[in-house]
Amino acid sequence: MQYFNDLVLIFDSTVRLAVPLILACLAGLYSERSGIVDIGLEGKLLGAAFAAAAMAAVSGSPWLGLLAGIGVALCMSAIHGIASINLKGDQTISGVALNFLAAGLTTFLGQSWFHRGGFTPQLSADQRFNPITLPFAEQVKDVPIIGEIYWELISGHNILTYVAFIAVPVTAFVLFKTRFGLRLRAVGENPKALDTAGMSVGWLRYQALIITAVLVGIGGTYLSIAQSAGFNNNMSAGRGYIALAALIFAKWKPWPALLVCLLFGFLDAMQFRLQGIKFPVIGEVPVQAIQALPYILTIILLAGFIGRAVAPKASGIPYTKER
Amino acid sequence: MATQTSSKQRLETAAALAPAIELRGINKHFGAVHANRDIDLIVRRGTVHGIVGENGAGKSTLMSILYGFYTADSGEILVNGKPQTITDSRHALALGIGMVHQHFMLVENFSVLENVVLGAEDSPLLAKTLSHARAQLKRLATDYGLEVDPDAIIEDLSVGQQQRVEILKALYRGAEILILDEPTGVLTPAEADHLFRILRTLRDEGKTILLITHKLREIMAITDEVSVMRQGAMVKTLVTAETSPPELAEAMVGRRVLLRVEKGPAAPGKVMLEVQNLVVTDDFGIPRVKDVSFSVRAGEIVGIAGVSGNGQSELLEAISGMRDQLLGTVMLNGEPLSLRGDDGAHRARLAGLAHVPEDRQRMGLVTVFQEWENSILGYHHEYGKGPGLDIAKAKAEAKERIAKFDIRPANSDLKTANFSGGNQQKIVLAREMEGNPDVLIVGQPTRGVDIGAIEFIHNQIIKMRDAGKAILLVSVELDEIRSLSDRILVLFDGHIVGEADPATADEGELGLLMAGVTKDGHAPDAGPGTVPAHETLIEKNLTQMSPQDNKDKSGLDE
Repeated sequence: MQYFNDLVLIFDSTVRLAVPLILACLAGLYSERSGIVDIGLEGKLLGAAFAAAAMAAVSGSPWLGLLAGIGVALCMSAIHGIASINLKGDQTISGVALNFLAAGLTTFLGQSWFHRGGFTPQLSADQRFNPITLPFAEQVKDVPIIGEIYWELISGHNILTYVAFIAVPVTAFVLFKTRFGLRLRAVGENPKALDTAGMSVGWLRYQALIITAVLVGIGGTYLSIAQSAGFNNNMSAGRGYIALAALIFAKWKPWPALLVCLLFGFLDAMQFRLQGIKFPVIGEVPVQAIQALPYILTIILLAGFIGRAVAPKASGIPYTKER
Repeated sequence: MATQTSSKQRLETAAALAPAIELRGINKHFGAVHANRDIDLIVRRGTVHGIVGENGAGKSTLMSILYGFYTADSGEILVNGKPQTITDSRHALALGIGMVHQHFMLVENFSVLENVVLGAEDSPLLAKTLSHARAQLKRLATDYGLEVDPDAIIEDLSVGQQQRVEILKALYRGAEILILDEPTGVLTPAEADHLFRILRTLRDEGKTILLITHKLREIMAITDEVSVMRQGAMVKTLVTAETSPPELAEAMVGRRVLLRVEKGPAAPGKVMLEVQNLVVTDDFGIPRVKDVSFSVRAGEIVGIAGVSGNGQSELLEAISGMRDQLLGTVMLNGEPLSLRGDDGAHRARLAGLAHVPEDRQRMGLVTVFQEWENSILGYHHEYGKGPGLDIAKAKAEAKERIAKFDIRPANSDLKTANFSGGNQQKIVLAREMEGNPDVLIVGQPTRGVDIGAIEFIHNQIIKMRDAGKAILLVSVELDEIRSLSDRILVLFDGHIVGEADPATADEGELGLLMAGVTKDGHAPDAGPGTVPAHETLIEKNLTQMSPQDNKDKSGLDE
């Protein structure tokens, strides 16, 4: 029973840690399916996290924080869109520029607004998104196994977590069952096919970027005012990049993306658990080595295990009408 | 001809109706280039109207204006008698104008059905649209003989089938006027025949067809009227039944053109190039050339015919040292040629093998270089000692070649990208021929080249042959292979499936060979593009392929 409890707890923290990855990964999915590489996910996560925390601290409302987070992500997406759709610039470079911009601005503004070395003020419970207890969770929590799973694993998360998990089937539906999804997939594969059919390639890509911004904005908000109680420097800590790696590993498909993000979340959860534990034979493993686990796995997976990941064909190429 | 009277009748009936399309005084500039000047055109309803002209004559620009890709600077467009301003493709589609582009506008990993509905979905949810389209497609298939499996994925289809999908796309959108841009360039003769049958059916059902092509034979075979464009202007419109290919060619080029290549009999000498049991794989390790053996003698042209994608590219790349062969030997003048490694192409050149690659822009030229730089590319070590480059000498020789090969504009300092396709090809050809090689390998010598330049290039190749050089010619243009070659080999699915004498072989026979049907009646399970059978062939070869097979020269088929 002890093992079972441990397992449920590990899975519970897997879910918590996977949420920002899932949101960022789905965000990247929309943008890359439309043919726009979004290295800037990392910066958008960070920018949204900062904006959400700052707004929640000032206004006292997590919902206004969420709006601010999404708003900042939208602004950053707009910059990315203008650079890569209208001006036909290099998408990787504009994305990297956004990352630098976010890293610098959040620190600078945080310091000049709040004077706490880049941190935003500690948020109280009512300024954050709090765990929700699902119906009947109290009643069934003593039922062995099923009740415990429901209580610990399924109930008791904040609203953004549920949004992330609902976003997966919604994305799958939008992508494969709707007109918008068909066009989105087409524009990332062969934008000319859409252009000759009389549709605007640029507008479709902007639509994708807007969805990307909303999702990654929620992800950033989750980091600072749901998972934590405030913003601290560089709190996205490479999750945007991990999400992109997960996207490749999942071959740009929503359900596999969920699984991969959960896998990365699980490794992250294990990493917390494994710290300080003495292993047989090896003894205690340095914290740093354990913390590096998810990243090492990323490299191994990307290098060898996933076979050929074929990106949407037009991904990364600005669309220009030809003569 | 039976169609002649009906063609006449059609034109007479159509004359009573408002023309499907009428253009009046269309002008279009791109910067300093006057791409279309004062174009007048009348396309009668229910007819097939051909538009011919050399590259750069302005055909594509005109069609793009009609399809809403560009807006004309001045002029009027009338569709079914009503003046229209076509602002974008969507508008053109709404007016019933559909276009089948030269390079298909299909999403390769989508199904046929998805491609057909893309952009014309009738509801936000796909399920309804798709079931509606499925029924529609079935109807179109029976009405016009346009059979394609609606659930097939585009990349698994043959080029001919993909083209049918493009036509279906236009018809699904209710197109009454179909523009086809160079539709047969990528097709086998049999596929082209099939396309023409479809076009005739469409015409008989009352659709209007605009056919853009540079192949005069097709114009003669299917059109009712034909308009000739030259240098951005409409030269004349003729009734097809009352004109002839020489007249059309003259109108296109502005001077008399010899459509037939004039050449004397070959005088083959000793074997210069010998390829033995060559096996070559593509970038993904899939065998594309499977146990190919042949030889080319001095003073003869051996042509390799085949539908593109049957191993020609890999064969060319392997023999010229650009791609490592898996197995087999290439002998040059009796000596085995070592081609492996990154400098294989360089060693091949030193041994006397010159190569005009299939794709001049990707492999033959550095388009941002000046003309003289490309003129010595790969032979630059002959100009100057050590790290130095004798620029004066290089430029002088480039100028000589410009004169000799009539490269226009005659400016060796001009950036290569600014030359037309035909002149770029001449730059490559001049470079490779002037190196005085023993063996010349030529891939697609006239792809995207004007009629006038084609004549010149063909004559140069014949001259090389008559000078006693061995020439290997690979082309997807069957006419070109037939008129230049002294012997024809047909490549299908990586095998040489037959040899033919160009003097006696007829097109039907070659067409069957190109489709993989050999003389003993053996028809392979499927053509290129139909994946499963293709894969089994590959698997068969993979299991049979081992170094031993090569050593004792048993092994593979044949």
